[in-house]
Amino acid sequence: MIRCPSHTPTRRQVIAAGAGFAGLMLAPSAQATPQEMEKAILAFTGGVKPKEGRVTVDIPVLLESGASVPTKVSVQSAMQGDDFVTSLAVFNEKNPQPNVAVFHFSARSGQAAVQTRIRLGDSQKIVAIAKMRDGSYYMGAIEVIVTLPACAEDA
Amino acid sequence: MAGNMGRALISLPAKAKRGAVIEIRAMIAHPMETGYRPDSQGRLAPRDIVNRFECLFEGEQVFAADLFPAMSANPYLSFTMRVDAGGELAFRWRDDSGAMAEEKRRIEVE
Amino acid sequence: MSRVRAVIVLVCASAASLAHAEVALDQRKSGADFMSAATRAMQDDDTANPAMLSTLDGESLWTEKAGDAQKSCGDCHGPAPQSMKGVAARYPAYNVARKAPLDLSGQVNACRTDQQKAEAFKPESAQLLALSAYIGLQSRGMPVSPPDDARLAPSRAQGEALWSQRIGQLNFSCAQCHDDNWGKRLGSALIPQAHPNAYPIYRLDWQGMGSLQRRFRNCMSGVRAQAYPYGAQEFIDLEVFLSHRARGMPVETPGVRP
Repeated sequence: MIRCPSHTPTRRQVIAAGAGFAGLMLAPSAQATPQEMEKAILAFTGGVKPKEGRVTVDIPVLLESGASVPTKVSVQSAMQGDDFVTSLAVFNEKNPQPNVAVFHFSARSGQAAVQTRIRLGDSQKIVAIAKMRDGSYYMGAIEVIVTLPACAEDA
Repeated sequence: MAGNMGRALISLPAKAKRGAVIEIRAMIAHPMETGYRPDSQGRLAPRDIVNRFECLFEGEQVFAADLFPAMSANPYLSFTMRVDAGGELAFRWRDDSGAMAEEKRRIEVE
Repeated sequence: MSRVRAVIVLVCASAASLAHAEVALDQRKSGADFMSAATRAMQDDDTANPAMLSTLDGESLWTEKAGDAQKSCGDCHGPAPQSMKGVAARYPAYNVARKAPLDLSGQVNACRTDQQKAEAFKPESAQLLALSAYIGLQSRGMPVSPPDDARLAPSRAQGEALWSQRIGQLNFSCAQCHDDNWGKRLGSALIPQAHPNAYPIYRLDWQGMGSLQRRFRNCMSGVRAQAYPYGAQEFIDLEVFLSHRARGMPVETPGVRP
């Protein structure tokens, strides 16, 4: 099947967008899927509102395929004592499900940093939430624009 | 290995200095069938993804991941470990069908 | 429908030059040169390249006894790192028994049926791709070296004619994109020169391995043409022509492409 969606943007770009997310958390969204992401995030934090910062989501500006998007998530943390990331969850707002992955760290981790490859069916916001040992939560986000390759089809 | 679970590629240094934080990469062949994709007959192909990955050092969990259908096929994970001693690392994957894969590697302190 | 419009604009832009301009030898660039840094890094690092998973399967298949003959590839050829060094770089090659050119996967299947007395692997099957990728890996870094064999000449000429022939509802030839307009964009994607030196590849969009013939079929669908079936003589002819066109370029198998 040839995929030829009319909404494909003509240019690829990724805009770092940490600030915009606070509004999303508070204001009810007109779209169903960002709301689902919000619900999934609150389920992860047990209703605690995450603080902005410390968490970085890195995705290259040039994305050639939504099927394999190189993604790096990391948290500024000494990974000792109370300054310790126990888990780091990644969410998206437009795939069929809001969850991407939850990473669990240990005393041997040394760093709270993971690189992986994810699927993005559309341009959207990717959010990562870090759960700290002291019960606090931090978050970072990135806005990603995905385009489709030319002549894409499933043989 | 059964079903969709395939071969694995693990990358880590054979030796590291005591206290060094090393990068470990683990990738396994798996289609990560989302459950949202129609097959050639037009029916939805049943979901079958690797839903859990664990890395253990001498039986103790170093890193783990719960994975969802938004992970790409042939899931790739790069994470870190602080090397305190030499020993055996175990890497485990489990998919929706219940299939398991395990790989083992050694690391030495120099 | 923005992509269709982009294609039409491109057709109009190149309509002025009717004959295609061959890419000069020193102007040739691998598909990898058109990729993003991230995708290139994925290909260049064997611990990050998902196509390497397929070569592991190929390595196992190489020593697996098969068919009524109960012979493995290795039983005849010995260890692949020695015996298969440079072999993939010379394919397609003329097969005397078949009196026809065979591409590498065609040769694998000829060994399967004639030597191992086993059933041929299906086109695009995981096993055929794995063996092709593993054999191809043994030529990595070596120059594409099409044989200087007069028996390949008719196939090469036919392949070149197909390359320049307009096809499909969009009435587009291979050459119009890949000789005349490489480096420009089709929609958001860069048009590469279409060299065969990294196949079989792991294509991100496929989320798996695929052959050069699968890529041909993708392009044919892209210009709204009826694609030839796997194994068609037309595809072999195109492969013979493309290996000549890419002569001297380093083999990258198993490559990664978007």
